[in-house]
Amino acid sequence: MTRFLALRFSRALLSILLVVTFAFVVLRLSGDPALTIMSPEAPPEAIAAFRKAWGLDQPIWVQYLRYFGAIAHGELGVSMRDGRPALALVAERIPATLMITIPALMLKIALGIPAGITAALHRNTLRDRLLMAGAVAGFTVPSFVLGLVLVLVFAVRLGWLPSGGDERWTSAVLPVLTLGLGGAGILARFTRSAMLEVLGQPYIRTASAKGVPWRLVVRHHALPNAAIPTVTIVGFMVGSLIAGAVVVESVFSWPGVGRLLVVAVANRDLAVVQCILLLVSATMVTANLIVDLLYGALDPRLRVGTAAAH
Amino acid sequence: MRDAGLLDLAASSLTPPGATPLLAIQDLTVAFDGVPALRGVDLAIHAGEAHGLVGESGCGKSVTLLAALGLLPPTATVRGSVRLDGQELLGAPQAVLDGVRGGRVAMIFQDPASALNPVHRVGAQVVEALRLHRGLDGTAARAEARRLFDLVGIPDPTRRLDAYPHELSGGQNQRVMIAMALAGEPDLLIADEPTTALDATIQAQILDLLRKVQRETGMALVLISHDLGVIADVCARVAVMYAGRIVEQATAEALFANPLHPYTRGLMSALPDMDGPRRRLAAIEGAVPEPWAMPAGCAFAPRCGLAVDACRADPPPALLPAAGAYRPDPHHVACLRADPDHHVEPRWHTASRSAAMTRSRVQPSARA
Repeated sequence: MTRFLALRFSRALLSILLVVTFAFVVLRLSGDPALTIMSPEAPPEAIAAFRKAWGLDQPIWVQYLRYFGAIAHGELGVSMRDGRPALALVAERIPATLMITIPALMLKIALGIPAGITAALHRNTLRDRLLMAGAVAGFTVPSFVLGLVLVLVFAVRLGWLPSGGDERWTSAVLPVLTLGLGGAGILARFTRSAMLEVLGQPYIRTASAKGVPWRLVVRHHALPNAAIPTVTIVGFMVGSLIAGAVVVESVFSWPGVGRLLVVAVANRDLAVVQCILLLVSATMVTANLIVDLLYGALDPRLRVGTAAAH
Repeated sequence: MRDAGLLDLAASSLTPPGATPLLAIQDLTVAFDGVPALRGVDLAIHAGEAHGLVGESGCGKSVTLLAALGLLPPTATVRGSVRLDGQELLGAPQAVLDGVRGGRVAMIFQDPASALNPVHRVGAQVVEALRLHRGLDGTAARAEARRLFDLVGIPDPTRRLDAYPHELSGGQNQRVMIAMALAGEPDLLIADEPTTALDATIQAQILDLLRKVQRETGMALVLISHDLGVIADVCARVAVMYAGRIVEQATAEALFANPLHPYTRGLMSALPDMDGPRRRLAAIEGAVPEPWAMPAGCAFAPRCGLAVDACRADPPPALLPAAGAYRPDPHHVACLRADPDHHVEPRWHTASRSAAMTRSRVQPSARA
């Protein structure tokens, strides 16, 4: 078990390293922060001074090594734009993001999983087709379109809810709906196919053949098996709690991490972008690690230790 | 016009005289999305008997018994009558079926590894049946599950109760399935190709076990198999199925000594002899007609060496006792050309025999 964890943990670190490296290289090759932040009309001496101050005059591999040296000391850099520590800038945005992504995740689970199970149990009936039509609509309509439609209906026409901002708690409702409906569609599709796969397995027929009532066949024999693929998708959703709302935050002017990311990328505010990416990849990787551990709990075939007999 | 001389029309029912069947299947038809799979099956299983159901893949052996227990998917249309001790099962309320399944009638399947739920311990899966059908719970249920494991020959039963299916071998999983089937103290055990997925040595052990539990519990056994050898090993009576119908039914002794239906005879000549000269095994030419393209007459006629125009024109006669058959358990056959008194070798049968003789002379056994 310790060996398994150590292996998984080092793979997780490697994933983070790759993401951060990729981001570092791409960001530095795609634009000059000095020109973006200072404006191209600034005197050349000022730009050169800016570059020197931020170490941008060094070769990229020197910058890269310095960057990692700093990370090793827990130093995530300072925003080039307003001089505050990047981590603090990002951290103060996290609560706002979680305020919409956590309810949205709960909405996805509460709608998507029951919808998928119901559709699978009533395969090819009208109920199945209606649910799946809704699910497909949910995840094929881009979130900015869905967001704007919701704004049009609930803010502009009906005037029930604010169209953006974060002044009242009701401001969160439309972002949550926008995020939640799309994700619920995805989850419903996955849950349905996982359930259909499981319901076709011989052990389901065995359960019926030994006289288990159908609702118990579903609850006790089908659902635990269908949970495994479903947990994978929920894991991805948990992993994107921090950064999954970039578009929606922009549409609703919600002051979360996603909006900060958009602004920071536009400004080539390298430290902030890298800090967000580090955080996002760490979250995603942690979520995957938890999913891996959950697999073992859900499926004895994947359990470490007993697998030796296999 | 049928040749009445071939059949003893005076003889009556399909069941041995003086016995009410435990399970009576009558005129059972099954169609999947309109495509017929069973085309009128009559089968009677008597208390305590070991009855074989043989035929090639897709002939409807499994479908017959799955339909009887209401275990087919909703896409199947099932018609006819299935009575268990006089109680109609087709269209019975779900609660009645749940009580019968795993209780009076238990079933085991082909691939024991996938027939057991991978996420539950095997002991718990047996306990579930004990709880449903015998109201046992807790330590009493566990003790009974342990006893059943012991009965079916699982070594170290106490420890095995806590194993998951993937930790056991195929043979052991099939023993678990049998223990689970015995949990409800059934009057009838349906074994659907129980040894097909197992190694040959394990096959023999599982068949021995089935024979043993059948003898010890006195339950009836329906053994579904495509393997005549397996059937001959275990069963006293045998029904042969072809393309959704039963074409011949007799005691195992009568069937193997004197197969009447050309299809059964084809199956037999496809078996190697245990003694006698080596010969090329005769395959039945052609293939089973597709269910959506059944011929108007006998489904076997296109492959039959004995078929005459009448076979191709009209459906074959109902399953009737053949003249001169063994009494009191008559030999039934659904064939115009079956004639127990004038045994005609089908063409392909004769041809293969002579070809085999030539072959055995040309190639004497090298190791002799």
